[in-house]
Amino acid sequence: MVKNRSKFLTGSVLLLAMVFLSSCSKLVILDPKGPIGSEEALLIKIAFILMLIVVLPVFVLVIWFTVHYRASNKKATYRPEWAHSYKLEWIIWLVPLAIVTSLSWLTWVKTHELDPYKPLKSEVKPVNIEVVSTDWNWLFIYPDYNIAVVNHLVLPVNTPLSFKLTSASVMTSFFIPQLGSQIYVMAGMRTRLNLLAEHEGTYLGQNMEFSGNGYVTMHFDAVVTSQEKFKEWVDEADRSPKVMNLATFQEFSEPNINYPVTLYSSVAPGLFNHIMMQFMGWMGGTDQKMGMTGDMDDMHHGHRMQDSTRMNEDDDQVMMKSDSGHVQTKTMEEK
Amino acid sequence: MFGKLTLSDLPFDDPIIMGAVVSATLAGLIVLGLITYFKKWSYLWHEWLTSVDHKRIGVMYIVLGFIMLLRGFADAIMMRSQQALAAGASEGYLSPHHYDMIFGSHGTIMIIFAAMPFVVGLMNLVIPHQIGARDVAFPVLNSISFWLTAAGAGLIMISLGVGEFSNTGWSGLAPLFEKIYNPGVGVDYWMWAFQIAGVGSLLTAINFLVTIVKMRAPGMTFMKMPLFTWTTLTTNVLMILSFPVITGALFLLTLDRYLGMHFFTNELGGNMMMWNNLFWMWGHPEVYIVILPAFGIFSEVVATFSRKKLFGYVSLVWATAAIMILSFTVWLHHFFTMGNTVDVNIFFGIATMLIAIPTGVKIYDWLFTMYRGRISFKTPMYWTLGFLSIFVIGGMTGVLMAIPPADYVVHNSLFLIAHFHNMLIPGALFGYFAGLSYWFPKVFGFRLDEKWGKRAFWGWAIGFMVAFMPLYVLGFMGMPRRLEHYVNMAWQPWLIVAVFGALIIGAGVLAQIIQFYISIRDRKKNIDRTGDPWDGRTLEWMSSSPPPVYNFAVIPKVDDRDEWWAMKESGTAYKQPDEYHDIIMPKNVIRGPVIGGFVLVFGFAMVWDIWWLAIAGILGVITTVIIGSAHDDEEYVIPAAEVKRIEDERFKALALVNEEKKE
Repeated sequence: MVKNRSKFLTGSVLLLAMVFLSSCSKLVILDPKGPIGSEEALLIKIAFILMLIVVLPVFVLVIWFTVHYRASNKKATYRPEWAHSYKLEWIIWLVPLAIVTSLSWLTWVKTHELDPYKPLKSEVKPVNIEVVSTDWNWLFIYPDYNIAVVNHLVLPVNTPLSFKLTSASVMTSFFIPQLGSQIYVMAGMRTRLNLLAEHEGTYLGQNMEFSGNGYVTMHFDAVVTSQEKFKEWVDEADRSPKVMNLATFQEFSEPNINYPVTLYSSVAPGLFNHIMMQFMGWMGGTDQKMGMTGDMDDMHHGHRMQDSTRMNEDDDQVMMKSDSGHVQTKTMEEK
Repeated sequence: MFGKLTLSDLPFDDPIIMGAVVSATLAGLIVLGLITYFKKWSYLWHEWLTSVDHKRIGVMYIVLGFIMLLRGFADAIMMRSQQALAAGASEGYLSPHHYDMIFGSHGTIMIIFAAMPFVVGLMNLVIPHQIGARDVAFPVLNSISFWLTAAGAGLIMISLGVGEFSNTGWSGLAPLFEKIYNPGVGVDYWMWAFQIAGVGSLLTAINFLVTIVKMRAPGMTFMKMPLFTWTTLTTNVLMILSFPVITGALFLLTLDRYLGMHFFTNELGGNMMMWNNLFWMWGHPEVYIVILPAFGIFSEVVATFSRKKLFGYVSLVWATAAIMILSFTVWLHHFFTMGNTVDVNIFFGIATMLIAIPTGVKIYDWLFTMYRGRISFKTPMYWTLGFLSIFVIGGMTGVLMAIPPADYVVHNSLFLIAHFHNMLIPGALFGYFAGLSYWFPKVFGFRLDEKWGKRAFWGWAIGFMVAFMPLYVLGFMGMPRRLEHYVNMAWQPWLIVAVFGALIIGAGVLAQIIQFYISIRDRKKNIDRTGDPWDGRTLEWMSSSPPPVYNFAVIPKVDDRDEWWAMKESGTAYKQPDEYHDIIMPKNVIRGPVIGGFVLVFGFAMVWDIWWLAIAGILGVITTVIIGSAHDDEEYVIPAAEVKRIEDERFKALALVNEEKKE
């Protein structure tokens, strides 16, 4: 009986161990499939090791001091008045300072390197993807191919991916853990994200920011395929009978969950900007007549305005180069 | 007549909520019944509810904090069990909306109505005593602050049974909390409860800042203040500077929701990013508001139980001050992923890491206080050692997330949840529990039971590790926070482990409740007759336990950082002074509970758009304040003879203890 029980125990412990070991391979953050994610995972590991310099001695000293200087150990030295030592205090200020200094340097370098807005250098021409989050689905528009897809991403391998993101409703956060870097998605603004996938496979993508009742359903498969397969998929989308125009978008963006994966063979021109502009009534109108551009986000992020390279790099529409205050007054007058 | 409120707002259709409501109401009725049966209403009213004695108010704060801690913990158990169950085909037992309300109420309750009352309660119990004062600077204001906090807590408790609570987390989510996305009363409950308690906290901070700056015993210069007084001082500065920000932000949200304005909306120029900035401009200092006093408690405990001077006092003071200032420069690290420019992220990333330096210094100062000491392992010391070992893990993950590109992959995941619980449970809560068992005998005259205290510690410490280490792993597995259901089955085993951890913490909580029961039952056994049960070092151990209402018959003169210890060493302790003087003390006032009641009525009326009642509530507050201000008869005199009688008794008792010792 006892023997059986111990066998049962060992068995279940082993089983548990297996479950946990097998799920260790699912540490997706530490198992990245692209350069951005790899750098970020490496950064986590380096920082972790650096910090152990301060943290490990704490564990050692806690155990050592509590055991050695316990009241019952009368042999230990007791110096109730000793409360100050320049030497020690210099060390306990300077060692953390040194570590934080090196981490700061690392932060400086890596934050520049891994800026989600920074286009990735590559021989291959980047694929542009416009991301729209709704209550509670994702719409992905491929403006280069004039196609769109709901709740499903197909990405060519080893190709820079340039995302532009906006929300048709509340704030969300777009994240494909194995490719690295999440970014907030906000209405009336556009954020950007640049990623690259080096390995083919299907990765989980998800919303990280709570957005209401359907939040938990806002996950999707991000399928990374070869260039050829990607072309095939684009062709398949081209053959879809469905189109994404203002009317279909209205229907799609009504609050709903688990909208089926749907391909659209064409997308109304400027749909992404239109979605962004619908929250811009206060600027004088929701249409694009007044020359509002895809860089509306840059107006909200006042600081982005100063970076003109960022402003001019892509859009097909007229650029708005003046500061937002100026434009506002002008449109007011026009009205 | 009743605004939006109708009978259908009572959750008759939800058996889980109804069960909670019924049991909470029953428990409340039993308590009220018992008070009536034992005819204690008059005692309760005169000795406690209207009291302005800082010790009494402190006890009421801690009772409130502990009750709310239990409520918040019940929320935690529900979330953990839901996540352990709701994988794949299984739906779990909570509806999505119910789950979403629970994470909001858990966070709001734990920070605003458990941690804050606990911390303010301990300040009340200790600060006047520790600086050699007879009360706080503004005793009536102190009572009003408490009742505002209690009114906020009352509003949250009402939301359980009448209507709903917010689903936008404790921090609020712009623009999800706007009227078009959240037409119900949940957000309003959150907003008003938060607002009311926030005003209470601000008043407390003013009170204690003035108390510490103006009312220290003669000779106690700033650099002779005990560390708990120092950390309380810095906390009060933080509260005074940061609470107006959240008050303002919540006011803007009120305008959005009630008057259709557009501060944080999507359209018409609203800016949701401004909410994030404003909230965390208060929210990050708030973290230090609840943690710094705990650091002070650890400093007191570690010195007392190592029977040694605190190592690196000056370092510790400067480290505290550095944390105070730096805590205002890091708020943006709560949203590195909002598309900020690189330089902005770098600035706030490095500022955040800088905080790790003074914090690390503190840890080592405490360690070197133990070095060459004589450590006795009482319950407060257990909490302190547990804190030292577990807190550093959270510090490490915190610095990790201060690096923006690292944060890009773990932000909003369970890694973040694990991190901040790793800060707040060992950092703040363990500190409060250490402080509670440390100062309990001072307030009540008997010690808490050691055996059950240590059991409670093991429950919390082991339970914490089992509950939260898996969340770090889940963060690396990419699991987002606030999921009521998920399809990734790889997450489930870890979530099942986590729920066991929560249950172990539950055992710790149970041990604490048993500890209170056993300690009160065996109070004769653990009685403290000297007033100095731990051989303490600072002034609060000078008086009897429990202390007389005036704390000190004669205000002591301070020459040393560890004044009481120095007095014991030099033999000047326990000496009866030659003569006593009349002592003037503040009278009880009923303004506190009355204002609290009116504010609760006002908050409830605002939530439900019952305008006439809201106006009545606010008029009630104003009238009470005016009548109160016209009231001159606020003080009473304890004649010197009466003081002498009380003190003679104390010294008689002390003599008895000394004789017993000699035998």
